[in-house]
Amino acid sequence: MNRTRHTAPIALVLAAMAGLAALAPTEAVGQDAARPKRRAAREEKPVELTPGQVADLTRIANERKLTVDDLVAAAKTYTPSGRHDEYILFSSGGQSGQVFVIGVPSMRLLRSIAVFTPESWQGYGFSGPEDPVRERLRINGKMVDWGDTHHPALSETKGDYDGKFLFIGDKANARMAVIDLRDFETKQIVKNPLTVSDHGAAFVTPDTEYVIEGGQYATVFGYGYAPIEDYQKSYRGMVTFWKFDRARGRIDVSASFAIELPPYWQDLADSGKAASDGLIFVNSFNSEMATGGIESGNPPFEAGVSRRDTDYLQIIDWRKAEAAFKAGKAEMVNGFPVIRMKESVAGGFLHLAPEPKSPHGVDVSPDGKHIVVAGKLDPHVTVYGSDLIRKAIADKTFSGNDDYGVPILKFDAVKEAQVELGLGPLHTQFDDKGYAYTSLFLDSAVARWTLGGSAAAAPEGPWKLVTKTPVQYNIGHLCAAEGDTVSPDGRYLIAMNKWAVDRFFPTGPLLPQNFQLVDISAPGTTMPVLYDSPVGVGEPHYCQMIKADKLKPFTVYPEVGWNPHTMAPDPNAPRKGKEGIVREGSRVLVNMTAIRSHFTPEHVTVNEGDTVTWRITAVETTQDATHGFCIGGYNINLSLEPGEYAEFSFVADKPGTYPYYCTEFCSALHLEMMGYLHIKPKGDARADAASGATP
Amino acid sequence: MPSVIQHLVGPRVPPDQLREHPARFAAPTLVLALARVLLLISIFLPYWHMELEAPQYPDGLFITAYVNHLQGDVKEIDGLNHYIGMRPLGEAARHERAFAVWAMVAMVLLMEGAAFVHTKWAVLLALPAVFFPVGFLLDLQYWLTTFGQNLDPHAPLSSSVKPFTPTILGEGGIGQFRTYASAGVGLWLAGVCSVMTIIGFYFHRRAFRPLALASQTGGAV
Repeated sequence: MNRTRHTAPIALVLAAMAGLAALAPTEAVGQDAARPKRRAAREEKPVELTPGQVADLTRIANERKLTVDDLVAAAKTYTPSGRHDEYILFSSGGQSGQVFVIGVPSMRLLRSIAVFTPESWQGYGFSGPEDPVRERLRINGKMVDWGDTHHPALSETKGDYDGKFLFIGDKANARMAVIDLRDFETKQIVKNPLTVSDHGAAFVTPDTEYVIEGGQYATVFGYGYAPIEDYQKSYRGMVTFWKFDRARGRIDVSASFAIELPPYWQDLADSGKAASDGLIFVNSFNSEMATGGIESGNPPFEAGVSRRDTDYLQIIDWRKAEAAFKAGKAEMVNGFPVIRMKESVAGGFLHLAPEPKSPHGVDVSPDGKHIVVAGKLDPHVTVYGSDLIRKAIADKTFSGNDDYGVPILKFDAVKEAQVELGLGPLHTQFDDKGYAYTSLFLDSAVARWTLGGSAAAAPEGPWKLVTKTPVQYNIGHLCAAEGDTVSPDGRYLIAMNKWAVDRFFPTGPLLPQNFQLVDISAPGTTMPVLYDSPVGVGEPHYCQMIKADKLKPFTVYPEVGWNPHTMAPDPNAPRKGKEGIVREGSRVLVNMTAIRSHFTPEHVTVNEGDTVTWRITAVETTQDATHGFCIGGYNINLSLEPGEYAEFSFVADKPGTYPYYCTEFCSALHLEMMGYLHIKPKGDARADAASGATP
Repeated sequence: MPSVIQHLVGPRVPPDQLREHPARFAAPTLVLALARVLLLISIFLPYWHMELEAPQYPDGLFITAYVNHLQGDVKEIDGLNHYIGMRPLGEAARHERAFAVWAMVAMVLLMEGAAFVHTKWAVLLALPAVFFPVGFLLDLQYWLTTFGQNLDPHAPLSSSVKPFTPTILGEGGIGQFRTYASAGVGLWLAGVCSVMTIIGFYFHRRAFRPLALASQTGGAV
């Protein structure tokens, strides 16, 4: 009786226990996702200065000759150790061919990203003669291992930065690069098959459907030849639409196309967004089609190109252009599809709008309704209304056609406003309070002015100059926090000054650029410069500033054996315990691992003339435990970040005894992290048993 | 045969006594049942933590021992340990980790049995669970000592770091590291299970000892 009353629950308990035992976690070794963070939190109680501290601060300020404004600026920018910046700036690196990553408001340089120029710290282009990085830099068979990076473009979703990818153009060679913001490394470079130089690159459509590359100096498509006398007939401008495949993280060249444009020297460009979604705006500055020739008594380019009172804003409806491309209306030129002007005019997706002579920047307001063209040689910014443009196109309110039959919209029909700002307006950015900011090159100033129409929000009333802050000196681009998106943040603005002159210690005749941080958080006429930051590694052009928390970079590669080129674990990556040297005839394969503080193997012996393929996995999973690997005399240096796999090949054509070593100080025994590569001269019979290689 | 079983499991509770003293007979069953549940739950919980602090690890390094596996920065700690010639942590207590879950299930089954056996020998069935937490700590101490005292004399830092015994509970230090070791929730549960088993046996004997005495003197009820 008792026994039966007990057995039913017992059976249940037994069954439950068996279930629990089966569920018990099995042998597993790895990072515990839920491990606690024990970084000591800084004391964050409100600051209250005692009279003694005020006296100290005053004394220091006077000793260092600082004003009260200086103290406030320091307090607004000083970033204590361990605290991260609120914004991240991606700056073009100009002739360095790189991208610079800078924290805001501290203005600290965080790192550079090698793009068009091999860079040895990142091991970019130093994996032997067959380096894939070097191969993709070749143009028409020639090594072109520098670039003139101009305009970075962060990938966007619905017109806002999504923090996933960065694109940047190379003005000198008309190339476009894709950088993956998971590891801040260049993944792809595509060469424009049509033209030699570009300028309006890169700009993205609101969902990064296309990465836009606008041309610069007209030339003969496909590296063709034509004498300067044939300029109008044979030279052409263009805009290329590089199709971006977000899932693959690569430009899909096979789905990309270009639109032929008159040889007007395309300048900066911007994508329409929100109200102007679907349109692309591209400035031009040589509608004169001047051909220079100062040496023959002709007007030099600088004069000829500036003769007329107006140039043209080129307006392209890219969705219609895409449809025309897909409908087969493109013609192949040098293997690349080009929609000729005739087709664009017939399709009604290419129009011109007059703009004051030789403008520079064209920038679309956050709501997409106002297109701001900066005058450069005209003291105004001219604002075009996107609704006016669409209406003029629909109503065919044309003042005529240009020489190539492209319809010209009537200026008065599309112009919404003109605001006089000062001398040399170049580029415009926006904030969240209804202000626009325009760089004034000749005035060396940043102008704050109010938007009007649908975007009127500032208290000063529409289309009014509010204030100008002097900057030092000769400002080119400027960049407000997320200031070219559908939702700018305001707060900070960077003045990218071309000249520093007396701002820093003179480092010989070549001086750094001067990035100045401007506080735009207060409305009205208060807009102080907070900080000067020298950029002595190239001449940047444009930059973009993204909220740091939108970026989700890897801290280490997700798996050991990760190939950054494929962004996946590599099946060839040597595993720990599986290292060794495999020989097949004159081909030698080295499988190596690197971990603090040794390479395995430490002896590699090959014969003179062998083709050596060398594979290394950094078997590290700890943040910042990066190794390097170099072989002196063979131009090889790798950066092996935690988990990274790298491969290189070379012909061992110079016999000798070569130490290889870790080039990134990794540990207390870093200097000991080395090995010997023996390249045995032909005919030398001394065997090296330790290498495992058979002679 | 029935008499052998009867002899082993001891006298059954007469229904009239059960009605009269339900709490007295329920107490050992309930307390021992709860102890068993706690031990089972502890399989899923950490038994031991060690936290390592050093200047270049602002987040610290962690290792957490469960009865059957290790979690945390095992790879990094192994990497550091190779400098002083300590064997990889995964080589420690292999058998213990392989059998722990089944051994614990067996302990629970034995305790299940103890609830049926009304003689004093029932205590033998519960002894493994009573001593389990102490056994865990002794085993851990054994492995810490074995690993700490048997460093590879050819390791890079063998001249500066001599064999040592890592601290099993509380603060210790090695090289630039401070170590903080503590018992995990699982070990605490196992400890509670151990104490509850002892308490359960107090109730067990209080309920069944009179029956056993009665059956010895007065024969079967």
